[in-house]
Formats: sequence, C-alpha cells, structure tokens
Amino acid sequence: MSLLEIENLAIALPAGADRQLAVENISFGLSKGEILCIVGESGSGKSMSANAVMGLLPEGVEPAGGHIRFHGREILHLTEDERIDIRGKSISMIFQEPLSALNPLMRVGAQICEVFEAHGLLTPAERMARAVELLEEVGLPDPDKTIRAYPFQLSGGQRQRVMIAMALALEPEILIADEPTTALDVTTQAQILALIEELRRKHEMAVIFITHDFGVVADIADRVIVMQTGQIVEQGSAEDVLLRPSHPYTKSLIAAIPGMKDKPDTGQTHSQQSPVILSVKNLNKTFSTGGGLFKPARVVHAVNDMTFDLHLGETIGIVGESGSGKSTAGRCIIRLIDPDSGTVRLSDVDLTALNGHALRMARSKAQMIFQDPYSSLNPRARIGRILTEGPIAHGVPRAQALDRARELLSLVGLDPSAVDRFPHEFSGGQRQRIGIARALALDPDVIIADEAVSALDVSIQAQVLDLLADLKARLNLSMLFVTHDLRVAAQICDRIMVMRRGQVVEMGPSAQVLGQPAHDYTRSLLDAIPGRHHEAAMRQSVASY
Amino acid sequence: MIRFILARLVKAVVILLAILIFNFLLIHAAPGDPAAVMAGEAGATDEKFIADLRARFGLDQPFGVQLWLYVKSTVQLDLGFSYRQNMPVIDLIWDRLPATLLLTLTAFVIALVLGVTAGVLAASKQGTWWDSIISSMALLFYATPLFWVALMASLLFSVVLGWLPGYGYETIGANYTGFERALDIGKHLILPATTLGLFFMAVYMRMTRASMLEMSRLDFVKTARAKGLKNRVIQRRHVLRNALLPVITLAGLQAGQIVGGAVLTETVFAWPGIGRLLFEAISQRDYSVMLGVFFVSAAMVLLFNLITDVLYVLVDPRIRLT
Amino acid sequence: MMLDGFKRFARNRGAAIGLVILLFVILTAILGPLLYPDSPWKMVQRPFLPPFTMDGLPLGTDALGRDVMAGLVHGARISLLVGLVSTVVALLIGVPIGALAGYFGGFIDDALMRFTEFFQTIPSFALAIVLLAIFQPSLFYVILAIAIVSWPPVARLVRGEVLSLRSREYVEAAMLSGQGTLQIITRQILPNALPPIIVLASLMVATAILLESSLSFLGLGDPNVMSWGYMIGTARTVMRTAWWLSFIPGVAILLTVLAMNLIGEGLNDALNPRLSRKSR
Repeated sequence: MSLLEIENLAIALPAGADRQLAVENISFGLSKGEILCIVGESGSGKSMSANAVMGLLPEGVEPAGGHIRFHGREILHLTEDERIDIRGKSISMIFQEPLSALNPLMRVGAQICEVFEAHGLLTPAERMARAVELLEEVGLPDPDKTIRAYPFQLSGGQRQRVMIAMALALEPEILIADEPTTALDVTTQAQILALIEELRRKHEMAVIFITHDFGVVADIADRVIVMQTGQIVEQGSAEDVLLRPSHPYTKSLIAAIPGMKDKPDTGQTHSQQSPVILSVKNLNKTFSTGGGLFKPARVVHAVNDMTFDLHLGETIGIVGESGSGKSTAGRCIIRLIDPDSGTVRLSDVDLTALNGHALRMARSKAQMIFQDPYSSLNPRARIGRILTEGPIAHGVPRAQALDRARELLSLVGLDPSAVDRFPHEFSGGQRQRIGIARALALDPDVIIADEAVSALDVSIQAQVLDLLADLKARLNLSMLFVTHDLRVAAQICDRIMVMRRGQVVEMGPSAQVLGQPAHDYTRSLLDAIPGRHHEAAMRQSVASY
Repeated sequence: MIRFILARLVKAVVILLAILIFNFLLIHAAPGDPAAVMAGEAGATDEKFIADLRARFGLDQPFGVQLWLYVKSTVQLDLGFSYRQNMPVIDLIWDRLPATLLLTLTAFVIALVLGVTAGVLAASKQGTWWDSIISSMALLFYATPLFWVALMASLLFSVVLGWLPGYGYETIGANYTGFERALDIGKHLILPATTLGLFFMAVYMRMTRASMLEMSRLDFVKTARAKGLKNRVIQRRHVLRNALLPVITLAGLQAGQIVGGAVLTETVFAWPGIGRLLFEAISQRDYSVMLGVFFVSAAMVLLFNLITDVLYVLVDPRIRLT
Repeated sequence: MMLDGFKRFARNRGAAIGLVILLFVILTAILGPLLYPDSPWKMVQRPFLPPFTMDGLPLGTDALGRDVMAGLVHGARISLLVGLVSTVVALLIGVPIGALAGYFGGFIDDALMRFTEFFQTIPSFALAIVLLAIFQPSLFYVILAIAIVSWPPVARLVRGEVLSLRSREYVEAAMLSGQGTLQIITRQILPNALPPIIVLASLMVATAILLESSLSFLGLGDPNVMSWGYMIGTARTVMRTAWWLSFIPGVAILLTVLAMNLIGEGLNDALNPRLSRKSR
C-alpha cells in the first residue's frame, strides 16, 4: 500500500476566478523513500494537491471532491486539531521564498524549537540541543552560533537549509518541497538538491517536489507527474517521462528547455570582424550602504574595471549569479546608473561624458528589454502610448509614430490592434513582446536585454528567445544579454562574459566558455546546472520522435 | 543599539533647535513690534518692560545677534517672562507639566492597550459581528470631535449621573494626602484620559487589525502552520509581534497629536496642565507663554518619539543588530 | 481597472451611506443660503428656545436668541470649504515635495525629508494655535494653518510611492526613451501613485474639518463666519442648562466627518484591493 494515496482529487477556486476548479481528477500514490516531482508551468495547479495534503489551501480555495489517504486513513476532511497533529510531525513542508518563510523577528533556533513545542515534545534544553544537531545535519556552518542568528543575517541558501532543518525536526515520513530552489542561485540550488537527496536516503523519507524546471526533475526525480491547467497530463517513472514522453504537452515542454549546444558555432567570427559598435573601458561602480552618523558604510564593488567591445551584429552574454553585478553593469552602460569611472562609447559618442538633454537624445541608440513583464509596462498607458512616447520625445510626429507602432507589433508577432489596449489585457509572454517592440521603436544600435526571459514559463521563454534570435538576424542587432542562466545564454550569445562579485572572471566565444571553461567558477556554474547529465540522453530521444 | 539611540538623540536636539529658530521667526513675522509680541498684550503697555526686553534680546541689533541671544536664553531654559502672570514662563510650565504628562501618558497607555486588544480581537474574528461592532465603534470614535466628546462625557458622567468628577485635578479643599490623594487624582483623571485616548484608540485598533490581517498572509505564517502550531500561538507569536511594528511607528508619529489633543481636553476638564495654560494664554494674548508651551510640547513629542523608537528597536532585531 | 474600482466602491455599503450623508451636507451648503438668506448672527427670538417648540425654528435658539438651524446651515458651508480648500493646499505642498524627494533621492531626499519630519514632529495642533494667535484669525489663516500642519503625511506617502514606482522598469524604459524628468514624473509615476493619494486626501478632508471645529471651539476661528465649532464653544458655558446647544452642532460635525471617513474607506477598498481583501 502506498504511504500517501490521492484519488480523484478536485479543488475548487473561489467564485470569480479564471476557472472553476484549480485541479481535478488528480490521482497518484507516493511510496516510502520515493521522490515524486510534480512539474508544470505557472497556473497549472501543481502546488494545489500538496497544499491540500497539508490542509494549507489558500483562503477561499476548498476541496471539492476525492480522497487523500495517508497510511490508508482519509485526511482530506480532518478537523484543524487532527491536522495539527500531522503537520510537521508526519508530513512537513518547505517553501519557495526562504526569506519570507521565516519569521524575521525570531531567532533561527527558537523557530526550530517551535516544532517540538507544537507537538509537546522534549524539554526546552533538549529542544535547543536537537536544533543544533539539525543545523549541523543540514550543513550549516558553526551551528552553535547560527542557532542564535536572525533570518536576515543568513544568505538565501542558508535560510533554505534552516527551513529544511525545521521540516526534518520530527523525522516526518513525507517532505513536501514547493519550488524550494527557484529563488536560489544555480550553485546554491545544486547544493540544496544534493542535501534533499541525501536526507531522503538517510531517513527513507518520501518527497513530493514541486517544480517548473525539468532540469531539476532530471536530477532528482524517481517519478514524475506533469500538470497542465489543473489536470495531470502524464505520469510515470522519471526515465519514461523524460526520455519517452507520450503527451504532446510534455514533449513541447521538454523541447522548450534551452540546451547547452543549441547555438551553432558559426557566425561569431563574422560578427567579430564587423566594426565595434559599443566600447566599454575600465567601467567601475561601487555602492555604499548603511552609512550614517555613527556607523561606517559598507562598500560593495558592483562593477570592477569592466572592459570589452561589442561588434555590430554580435550578442554578448553577461552571465552571473545574483549579486555578481551583471545587471548593474548593464544599467551603468546606458547610464540608468551613473558609473564611478570608465568610458562607454556608443558608435562614436561617449555616453559617460553626456548629461541632461544631450544624454537623453544620444541614449535612443541604446535601448533595454526588461525582466519583469508585469512592471515593465505602465499599467495606466495604452500600448499605443507606450510604443510612441519615445519616438515622440525625439520629434517624430504622432501619426507617424503610431503607424510605426503598428508595424512593430506585427514584427514581434502581435496584432496591430493592440495599440488601443492596456497592458493588463496581455499575458506575460505578450507583454514581453511589447517590451521588445518598445525597445525597437527608437531604431537602436544596441539592445541590452536584462534577464529578458527569466520571468517567463519555459515554453514562453523558448518563443521569446526565438523571436529575439530572429529579430537579431533580420535587423542585424547588436545585443548585450544579461542573464543568470547559462543555458539561455548558450542559445543566443556569440560570446559570453562570466561575472562574479563585480569581476569579469572569464570571457570568450560561447562554445569555448561553455565547452572548455578556463576559470574554476565557470566550471562550478556549469556543473551546477540541473539536468546536465540527462541532457544528452533527453535530446537524442526527443529528436527521435 | 546605543549608536541608534545616540543618533536619534542628536536628531531630537537638532529639531529642538530648529523649533527655536522657527519660534524666533514667528515673533518677527508677526504683525507689529517684536518687543510688543514678546511682552504680550498685557505687557505691551508697560514702557519699562518693553525697554527691558529690547535690551535683553538686543532687538535694536542686527538680526543674527538677536537670533543668537534668543537661542542662548532659551537653551538656558529662559523662555521669557509672563507680564500677565508676573512669573517666568518656565516656572509656569514646570508647575503645569506634571499634570499634562500624567494625562497624556495615561491616555496613551489606555489607547494603546485597548486599541491593540480590540484590533487583535477584530482581526482574529474577521468577518463576524465582533469584527463589525469593533470596527464600527472605531470608525465612530475616529470621527468624533475630541472637545465635543469631552463635553458630552462630563455632562453625562459628571453632571447627570454624578459618577465621576468632571472638573479639575483633585478635590479642592479636601486636603487628601498619600494614597487617598492618589485615588482622588485618579478619579479626576478617568474622564479626561479616556476621552483623550478614545480617538487614538480607534487609530491603533484600525492599524492593528489591518496589520494583523496583512501579516497573516505572509509566508512565515504558513510555515508556522506547517509546523503544526496551534492557531492561538501563531497569532500571538508570529502575527502579533510582526503586526505591532507599524503600530509602534504610528504611535510615534501621532505623539504630537496626543499632545495637541491635551489642549482641548485640559480646556474642557479644567485640567491644570500646559494645554490649559496655552488656552489661557490665547485669550490673554500672552505670546511668550504660547511660544514657551509650544516649545515644551515639541520637546515632549520628541521624548515620546524616543520612547517609541526604543520600543521599535527592542522588537525588531534588524535595527538592533545592523 | 478603474471601472472595477468603481464597481467595488458602489458595492460598499458603508461608502454608500457616507456618500448619501455627504451629498446631503453639500446640498445644505449650496442651498442653505437660499433657505436662510439672513445672517446667522441675527437675533430672531428669545434666547434658549428649546428645539421643536416653535414653527420656523426647528432647532430653537441659542444664548443670544440666534436661530440654531441657520447657524448649522451656514456652518456646513464653512466646514466643507475649509476641509476641501485646506486639503487642496496641503496636496499642493505635499505632492511636489514628496515627488521630488522620492524621484531624486540622495541629498535632495534627505533635505526635503528632514524638513517634512520637522513639521511632522512639532505638535501640529499647538502649531496651528500659535500661528492663529499671532496672525489674525481669519478664514485665510485658518485654512493656511490647517494646510501647514497637514501636508507632511502627504509628502511621506507620495515619496514612498514615487520611490517604489521610480525603480519600476517602465520608468527606466521611459528614461531611456528620451522623456524629460517632468514628463516622467507627471505622466509615468504620479498617475500610478494616485489611488493612495486620493484615499489619503478624502481622509484629510475629514481631519481638516475636525481641526477647523477644534480651532473655532477655542475661539481661534474667523470671528465673522458662523461655524459648528464656534457654536459649541459658545454653548459650552451654558451646557448645564441648554445641553442641546452643544450637542446638535457636534452631531453635525460627527456625521460629516464620519461620512468622509466612510468614503475614504470605500475608496481604499476600491482602489487598493490588495490591502482590503484576502489575497489570492
């Protein structure tokens, strides 16, 4: 008999939501010591069944039918008191945002001890001793000290380890992990995944791992469930689903995963011979924070002596983890942030020497595509206004700018009638296309794409990347592509620059950086990419369909 | 922590200085002779008094010297002389300050304790009739003119029902001592402190409720539930502690309003504090008393702010440790 | 988006009640002078006539034989006028200061915020009293004094909103597209900061009405205009014998302020749905 059995589960959304049921016809089992991955894009309802198991559905969301059995006992309709007995003790859970998942006002130790307290176990002194052991087990340095730390004093990865320690406290039979690595850097993610894997083996714990990332699935899953708009479309062993997907949706998802070898090795020599369009020399930027009357400021070198040339028609990827300074570099280059020193020459204009009106005029030749499709468009402006404001500021007559806006919308694959609509009427992917159209509206020489596809679901991400590649070829665009994701960089970049703590540690042609990395850090980044080992196998089998 | 408080103290001193300069500018911006303004309506007719003031504050000398003399004398706690009361302003204020401190602090504590309690209750019973009643009461208190509710309370509880004294600080002529006197003052305190606290109670209640509901939505509350903690514990330990932070901030910001409200309450209940003193000074056009009270009440607000700052730091480790 | 907001507002029972009361007060303020063309200061009957005892004088007369109803009607105009105008003035001071501080940050922000903090720290009511006592109490100075003590919250709110909005990517996009600073602030940022400003403004009108009545109560109002606070202030001495003289204008203030607060609350629910509703 399965440890956990879910049968025909349906969960209703509150009235007024975009569909009636968050999920329906959900049936699956979970055995002891097994890692089950539930994969899906946003809105697929992938977290819902797990939340229902814990009895932690969001306000207004109610189970509408079916069964959840734990050791054969129905737990879908337990009272709150009965649930409390299971939570944390038999089944525990960790979440996506390790910062907000911990109480900012309580010491880490006290938050772990609470688990014992909640179930009336151990004396306070024993609880503390156990908490130290747990911190040690999840690999936190200096557990005796960490136990007295507040969450804000720990890094994201460390916080997630604390969460895991908390979840392990009472040796639960099931651990539910809801996108636990999504908010983490790729190297940290690899460590957390390894930790979960190790703990599962040691404690024979079953894990339900919810994720949107097939790479993660390939790394840790025993079994996989693929969900789309509230339904399970496919389930099976990891190997079957990843290598021999049967449902078209699964196939499309797997095909959309950016691979390391997608970018053909041609072209870069060509663009390197073309003239230099953007030249960055000795760019520096430091931030000092927290300085005050009685307190020294903390200085962070966000961009340290960056120098490179971008050639016409070339794309350079600036890759790094959070805090590496990659986004700051991009913003310094177009003076959204003023650099401390260094020069940025765009064609033959020194952007760092300009100010005010002159800067505004010159900057039209360098435009940006932003990360967050929800904050990159003014929610109160129609698309027409969004696309024409720039040209109008540069003296283009309104009617002409509007014609051009319609053209641009067709160019990025949207209907020209979109000019009369507001941003909230579009999906994330469509908004990102509008953002691209806006960047193109001023006919720029250089485009800086700042994590332009990071906020998108993988299938949308692939479409937007295709669009960018297509536009690049058609318009001979030169591009700086800022990203944390080496796989994405591999798809679109001619050259790649790897940044770490403000320093460029390595730069070279994509194939070389990804194939024979010269720097240890690049190697560790590459090793940390989830699903690498399965990738070759996955590609081959998908290709054979 | 020490650094933080030191920084706050420095800031408070700077603000006090700024208020001094502001007072000085007010005296000069007022229509008429600055000496006449400082003398007040009663003193302005006394040539000798005016001449004295002129000499002391160097009113025939350049502006900068005048400012310097003014700041210097105030820093030495010389807030001027009330011709009308024939007393230095600072003595008048020292006499009245304890009563005002007693009144405002009591009102503040009443407002905070009752307001937060009601807010917690309303939030934990969100959507029930408890919530509706508490929220409606808060809305009503929030809209009630303080001076009017003070009048009505003294009419009802003192004049009509005769339950509580509605006038003064203690029973005149009773000559109570020790505990009896404290009890007597306490009885006199109930009406003014409650009416003054009412408005702020509504404010804190609304803030607590909103903030509790906001916090209950955060991830760490879900974590706490996932641990198997009882709802009561979650509410107290996780939700309330975090929800109190904005309430403390608000309390600090509103300290000035409590002091301002004291003017009205003291006027209605004849409570012998600096608010009442200010009211009397208005009708007597005694400007140096007015400016003195203004200065001291600003200092009181800064003290309140300092207290709330320290409270905030005690609750929030993020400020204490960085 | 705005339409949804309107629907949410219309569904809010409290806001509807508030709107009805406020409309009634506005109508009184507009039509009042037609119904009571005479000065509210004029003596019309014997003093201390209780309410409902004589036709034509539904609320009786005060200590000087003046028609209480006429005073109430004329007072409505003053309350609304002072409430609205002083709020507008406070917005005119607070919005630019907050917007500049939030947009430019750095030194400008520091300087403007110290300035704002200064005004927020000093006890506002005492400041208003001192201002009015030193300058002549007239409608102009009453409005000015109220505006001076009520703009700091606006500046803080606007600064906070602008600060968070200016780092939005669409604002960066607008900078890159060559739009000027003024255009970015007025076209991209402020419209998106509008909902909380509207809510705050409606609550400020309420506070301003309370402030005006408190000042008039202390005798610091314009001596030439009849206001509710003044009526209570003069009736105070005769409270034991003619309690209704202080009671009635107080109810008028209470209802008007309550109406404004209810409307503000409704606007808040309608325009900032995130704060008022359980999310997701």
